[in-house]
Amino acid sequence: MELVYAVCVGFMSACGIFLMLRGHTFTLVIGLTLLSYAVNLFLFASGGLTIGAPAVLNGSENYADPLPQALVLTAIVIGFAMTAFAVILAMRGRSDLGNDHVDGTEPFDRLAVEEKS
Amino acid sequence: MSLFDHLVIFPVLIPFFVAVALLFPSLNNSLAKQRVLTIAANILMVVVAFVLLLKVKDQGIQVYALGDWSAPFGIVLMADAFSVLMVCLSAILGLAVTMYASAGEDKNGAFFHPLIMFQLMGINGAFLTGDAFNLFVFFEVLLIASYSLMMHGGGKQRIQANIHYVFLNLIGSALFLFALGTLYGTLGTLNFADMADKIPLLSRNELLITKSGALLLLAVFGLKAAMLPLHFWLPKAYASTSAPVAALFAIMTKVGVYSIWRVHGVIFGDQAGELANIALPWLWPIALLTIAIGAISVLASQSLRVLCSNLVIVSVGTLLVTISLNTVQASTAGIYYLLHSTVACAAMFLLAGLIQQQRGKAEDRFVTARSMPQASILGFIFALLAIGLIGMPPLSGFVGKALILQSVTKASQAIWIWPLILGAGLITLIALSRAGTSLFWRTTGENTSALKGHPMQYLAIGLLVAILPLMVIFGGAVSNYAQLAAEQLNAGLSLQQLNEVAK
Repeated sequence: MELVYAVCVGFMSACGIFLMLRGHTFTLVIGLTLLSYAVNLFLFASGGLTIGAPAVLNGSENYADPLPQALVLTAIVIGFAMTAFAVILAMRGRSDLGNDHVDGTEPFDRLAVEEKS
Repeated sequence: MSLFDHLVIFPVLIPFFVAVALLFPSLNNSLAKQRVLTIAANILMVVVAFVLLLKVKDQGIQVYALGDWSAPFGIVLMADAFSVLMVCLSAILGLAVTMYASAGEDKNGAFFHPLIMFQLMGINGAFLTGDAFNLFVFFEVLLIASYSLMMHGGGKQRIQANIHYVFLNLIGSALFLFALGTLYGTLGTLNFADMADKIPLLSRNELLITKSGALLLLAVFGLKAAMLPLHFWLPKAYASTSAPVAALFAIMTKVGVYSIWRVHGVIFGDQAGELANIALPWLWPIALLTIAIGAISVLASQSLRVLCSNLVIVSVGTLLVTISLNTVQASTAGIYYLLHSTVACAAMFLLAGLIQQQRGKAEDRFVTARSMPQASILGFIFALLAIGLIGMPPLSGFVGKALILQSVTKASQAIWIWPLILGAGLITLIALSRAGTSLFWRTTGENTSALKGHPMQYLAIGLLVAILPLMVIFGGAVSNYAQLAAEQLNAGLSLQQLNEVAK
């Protein structure tokens, strides 16, 4: 289980980082969302993975570490708020600047120019 | 328990309740009421911060266990001399900023006052918190308020700079959580005192993971502090936002520096066994490079606000130098310089706002333009601030820099630090004289149409400027307190001590 879990988190972060390197706010938002999901899963795993055990210190022998779950809960709430803000900002930037590149202007693309002429 | 016992949490609660109150329709619809309430709240915060300062001086470190749950599982707030000093700084800065903005800047967009309050809550919380996860939470509180504040007033340039700022910080937050997860995985705790206790006990194969977590954390704090090479967002962000917001942001980079101090200077400090001072080999060259590149950018700046943003980067570099020297004396000098540079840079941003307002279309760019209607008084304040920022006597910049130079004891370190800090001072002198001459003397005729400064704006700047000579006149008291702060910081606190103080 650990291996599958680790691969999932790693793959998701890799995808997130790849998307974030694209330089457009749309892909940036998607990339950030993926990265924040990866972060949440990672935080879950930081207390150790347990199956079929409650995250409560109820006196039983077997319980999952409750602290990471509290951390994840906070991180999810903050992550959603931030993503919502990022989406609105990206839309505002798109409408004010006329394109969705993070620098406000599309970089000069020689291939595109050659194709036109 | 009396109210006095709950004093530690007040710097977080006051801005929170005021911000929530400001959102109610009866207050939200009247700008005049909002101004009165925020300024009153800020004055109250200054008073609370100073009472807390005296309390820490008399009774030592104050620990406040929220809900009376003891650490490491409960959340604690910890007020030692350093954090209280920073809370004082943010309270004074908040007061100046709200006073300046109340002269009309707050009309340009919605929710200015509540956002300022939320940001102050985040800043104070970040200084007072006793564990790493709450540091993250308060970082997010101050960041999300700053995202909206930066766009206050709108405009293409602001949106564009804001996109960089927001997305970089969001990536920083994700990395922050990765780092926290890594540290929690090996240490099993995120409480600062408990972390410091557990790091020497780590087993061999956990060391590497902990180290990667700690260095990831350094990158995150470095991004917030604008240390090289993560500083590219800063000049554009600070230069395109409005004057009061930029002035408040002067303390934001210091939040990053403060966190580096607390986490990498103390938790991973001298007593951390095999992981002792892991950040130092990185911090040392980065700090020097930050000063060098910052100084070059100062020289290349085309407008006063960009110049001032680059001065912020230089001051961050100087502070990182004092952290990497890793002695109590250097920390004392660093804390003194931190207070000075934050106040001076914030005042300069406010002044740049006034200059921009009075020069009309030329804004604060170094070009020939019509003269300002109040050029003489603005020029006088500019000269005072320039003396402070350059580090010339008699203002606090000189004392701060002298303390830092004095704290360098090894010749091998002095070879690098002395020329860089003094050279950066010289470059600042050149750049600021050039800025002053072109802003105030290269003029073409009278400018009658521009807006004159509001008395409140001058009062706000005066409040900040007055601190510079006061820090020299009461230099003994301030540096003694800075030394107390450095000693408390360096000594650290074990979990047992923490829980004893909390009782």
